[in-house]
Amino acid sequence: MSLTLEQVQRIALLARIEISETEAQTTRGHLNGIFELIEQMQAVDTRGVEPMAHAQELSQRLRADVVGEPDRRAAYQAVAPETEAGLYLVPKVIE
Amino acid sequence: MTQWEVVIGIETHAQLATVSKIFSGASTAFGAEPNTQACAVDLALPGVLPVLNRKAVDCAIRFGLAIGARVAEKSVFERKNYFYPDLPKGYQISQFELPVVQGGSLTVQVGSGDKTYEKTINLTRAHLEEDAGKSLHEDFHGKSGIDLNRAGTPLLEIVTEPDMRSSDEAVAYARALHALVRWIGICDGNMQEGSFRCDANVSVRPKGQAEFGTRREIKNLNSFRFLKEAIDYEVHWQINEIEEGRKIRQATVLFDPDSGETRMMRSKEDAHDYRYFPDPDLLPLVISSEWIGEVKEDMWELPNDRKSRFEREYGLSSYDASLLNTNYDIGNYFEGVVLHALVSGERIGTELSKLAANWVINEVSAKMNQEGDGHPMWKFGVSSETLGHLLRRMREGVIGAKTAKELFTEFWEEARANNYAHHGGHPGKVDELVETRGLKQISDTGAIEALVDEVLTANPGNVAEFKAGKEKAFNALVGQVMKVAKGKANPQQVNELLKKKLAG
Repeated sequence: MSLTLEQVQRIALLARIEISETEAQTTRGHLNGIFELIEQMQAVDTRGVEPMAHAQELSQRLRADVVGEPDRRAAYQAVAPETEAGLYLVPKVIE
Repeated sequence: MTQWEVVIGIETHAQLATVSKIFSGASTAFGAEPNTQACAVDLALPGVLPVLNRKAVDCAIRFGLAIGARVAEKSVFERKNYFYPDLPKGYQISQFELPVVQGGSLTVQVGSGDKTYEKTINLTRAHLEEDAGKSLHEDFHGKSGIDLNRAGTPLLEIVTEPDMRSSDEAVAYARALHALVRWIGICDGNMQEGSFRCDANVSVRPKGQAEFGTRREIKNLNSFRFLKEAIDYEVHWQINEIEEGRKIRQATVLFDPDSGETRMMRSKEDAHDYRYFPDPDLLPLVISSEWIGEVKEDMWELPNDRKSRFEREYGLSSYDASLLNTNYDIGNYFEGVVLHALVSGERIGTELSKLAANWVINEVSAKMNQEGDGHPMWKFGVSSETLGHLLRRMREGVIGAKTAKELFTEFWEEARANNYAHHGGHPGKVDELVETRGLKQISDTGAIEALVDEVLTANPGNVAEFKAGKEKAFNALVGQVMKVAKGKANPQQVNELLKKKLAG
């Protein structure tokens, strides 16, 4: 499998990364290299092997349902670019 | 004329009843000042890691058991990637390929009265995920305000198969699901606060066609009425489009309650491509059979189990049993009424059960409905002990049905007047009022006979009419006796005595 230039540009758009035509070409090369590697790995017979969702053979630790976080809004908002009435302000978004 | 069939599937987001968030220790309480409950994890500050809330998993297990689903021994959290300012991480932690709850079904009653039918809705899955924050688009000098208090609130997204065939079935399912999540205590069901919201996938197809039509998804319906109105409008719109030769295109739409119309939010072309992948910050969630067993131990009898028991143990009709199981509290209340209505030494029988069921379904529900949607279902103006005692006295012949109803209403009004802070009346009060107000029913045959004789003498006209074959005259005479007795004569005895005297 290999990606077209169009697919690379679509991925960049979804990831909100602005890339030039040249960069898209280079990235396409890199990504296709990764696909080649995957193809090689797919040659291995993995029938009967359970897929892993994580590199470590461990299970999720759980925490008790307890409120342990105090209100630190002032500290967090001190480093925000803009706030008003307790809200974080961002460029207008309406879908 | 083409006959159309409607196909509906529903996705519900139920906010889980935890005190802290799904991956952080921030509070989930509703209505706090903006961003005072958004901690470093919720804000996605660099270096933070999510840690899963055990209670959220517990809720998912509870739900899985309640709908007879498979609770996955191993499930996986994945990142659902999209950009929006109320989602600071740039992805929502959700579940995709391996959800925690798989399959299951919910059997619901559709319609009312004689037209009721039962329908089983199959569920595809239910998965755990985090909620996003809120964007406020009012004018902040051309900017949007972001409140992240809701970000990270635990949700269970419950997805059905496309099994519903009308808006009525969709509403019946949504109501039953709403009752169930409250019943098992995993969600407060507060729709105004957004704790329980539905998306409806709607399509139409010519009756008999095997393939589904193209669907449109109506987002964020937060009342049963809107759910029905939105589906009805959407179905009408889709049929009209097709009949006028246009094609339905897959899209996400919003319902505007003011206009009663749905309008397009985004089409399939600009739909999101979420690029799910397992979240490397979270390990697979493993649920042992011991854990599932513990949850099972801790669970109450489920709605459909209790419905069957009510039919079996109390001899109730399927319809009455289902009405008494629309929520946990009403069925409990009914059982309390029955117990307290027992005359000493008596065992529960169908006559008593039916009487108690009628009172709860008609009188109690009527009082609750008077309060409208705002009335919390668990707030009974009269306790089951008091109502049971009223019915007991009625069944013992101490008071008549009319008196019982009057006292019940008086007690309920008392509770309403104090805004349901406490119940109106109490069992002792029933006996006290019967005594002090002289409400005791006259059941002494001699006394009633005297009244009957008095009325017969005073109303020779009615007597003559009755003897001439006018049935109505009999009722007039009964009315006269009750009037003379100030409503306190046992109506059955009055009837019998009158019949005997008139025949004689």
